[in-house]
Amino acid sequence: MNATVGSVAVNTFREAVRDRVLYNLVLFALLMMGAAILVGQISIGIEQLVIVNLGLSAISFFGLVMAIFIGVGLVYKEIEKRTLYSLLAKPIHRWQFLVGKYAGLLLTLAVNTAFMTLGLAAAFFYVGGRIARADIPILIAIYFILLEFALVTALALFFSCFSSPMLSTLFTLGIYIAGVFANDIRSIGEFTQNPMLLTITRVVYFLVPNFHNFNAIAAAGHGDAIPFSLVWQNTLYAALYVALLLIAATAVFSRRNLK
Amino acid sequence: MSTPAIEIQGLTKDFPVGFWRPKMRRALENLTFQVEEGEVFGFLGPNGAGKTTTIKLLMGLIFPTSGTARVRGRSIDDIEMHREVGYLPEQPYFYDYLTARELLDYYARFANYSTAERRERVGRFLERVGLAAAADVQLRKFSKGMLQRAGIAQAILHDPPVVILDEPMSGLDPVGRREVRDIMLDLKKQGRTVFFSTHILSDAEMLCDRVAVLARGRLQGVGAPREIVTMQSQSMDILFETREGRALPAALAGHATRIGGRSSITVAEDQLYATLEQLRGCEARILSVSPIHPTLEDYFLQLVGAPSGSRGIEEISR
Repeated sequence: MNATVGSVAVNTFREAVRDRVLYNLVLFALLMMGAAILVGQISIGIEQLVIVNLGLSAISFFGLVMAIFIGVGLVYKEIEKRTLYSLLAKPIHRWQFLVGKYAGLLLTLAVNTAFMTLGLAAAFFYVGGRIARADIPILIAIYFILLEFALVTALALFFSCFSSPMLSTLFTLGIYIAGVFANDIRSIGEFTQNPMLLTITRVVYFLVPNFHNFNAIAAAGHGDAIPFSLVWQNTLYAALYVALLLIAATAVFSRRNLK
Repeated sequence: MSTPAIEIQGLTKDFPVGFWRPKMRRALENLTFQVEEGEVFGFLGPNGAGKTTTIKLLMGLIFPTSGTARVRGRSIDDIEMHREVGYLPEQPYFYDYLTARELLDYYARFANYSTAERRERVGRFLERVGLAAAADVQLRKFSKGMLQRAGIAQAILHDPPVVILDEPMSGLDPVGRREVRDIMLDLKKQGRTVFFSTHILSDAEMLCDRVAVLARGRLQGVGAPREIVTMQSQSMDILFETREGRALPAALAGHATRIGGRSSITVAEDQLYATLEQLRGCEARILSVSPIHPTLEDYFLQLVGAPSGSRGIEEISR
């Protein structure tokens, strides 16, 4: 069972690599090099803060673009190109296919993030940064970014099971933006004192994944400590949400007629 | 009595058509037949007859509206059934970023072979379908015929007792068709069951122990190719000479064909004696009466030209 999921995951990773998805790393490297040189010239005393903020934001942005744009095609492309036909003719459950595709994209994002982290570290050292205990929040912020990718990929995969890439992109992006502003959405309802709006905003707040809690970029930039409780809470939250999305995706996809 | 290789019982499939208030259209109606172990079984029918729908149902790619099917006694819902079957989709398309060797290795992983066994098997099957020289070429550079051969290799890679091929000759040149035919005959020699859909009737007549003919989602007949065609009413060809000055009755004159000094006329078997009487009435000399053996192609063309068109699916009342 695990070997089956693993085989699908490795093949998904191989597809991403051969389709030159990791070329975005070149762009990231150029951005970091440019920023490091520029920052060294224009900022005095806040070089490391600027580099960390810029680097983490870029890691998050590049990864999210990959998670959404590859994620929405994960299942759709296999159906459209009919590559799924010969695969599902093998002794493989549809849920194994879905989990394998999900794990493959997550592996791609993790490798991509690892390389970008190395790029960020290089730029950090270039502007005079040194490894210190106070830098641990940077690693935690990167871990939260990975959790965010896990959630967004699961959302994209879920929509990919029943809608076109364009609609899936809109849905995933919409939910992501709502999730980033989840706390604000709830506040709007409470602020207006309108019972109906309050109910709607509360439902939205509890339904959409709360991406706000995964953003530790500012704290990492300033070297502020991130409580350990937030680490395991975010981990548990992401794991549960991903599990629910994968179960929902399986429920939709298991009885789907392939055209 | 042994378990049939494939057993289809009352298989029916409806598809919704249209976005707003979709109507159900029936692609397959109450299909029932079975394929015995070791047979080469042809599945014939015009475009849209329901052949690919049937095969997709068997492979669990779509789900039946009603009815059941079993492969070697296992329900098509049972994932273990897939270990017993090899499948080549119609116009196969594979991961084009992989090489042929990588593709086969990927599929072999689902059969739980060890690394060494996978390597040996992949090499052997690439050789068998004539792709050994192109083993390390990415599939995006393959011709249609090469893709078809890669598809056949992945279908038979795990030595399945039942092989289901959807239009395996499609898009192949005569050499490619010959190679696929040889592989199918080879599989038969090994005692495997081959179930394949085709438009190419000469292939079906040449290869098949039995065929099933499908039109507009309904089964028209099952049997040996020769049995199928003799199920149809036979025609008789009458060759005759007319005496000078004697004209044929108007009912016959329009149908007779003149060949040199002789004429011939083709009539249905049940019209034979009445026609002979009419010819005797005008003092024609009967030279020969011979039955015309219909071919599978005649039967097929008769189905294609049947009333209500060949679109295959028809709307059902809901």
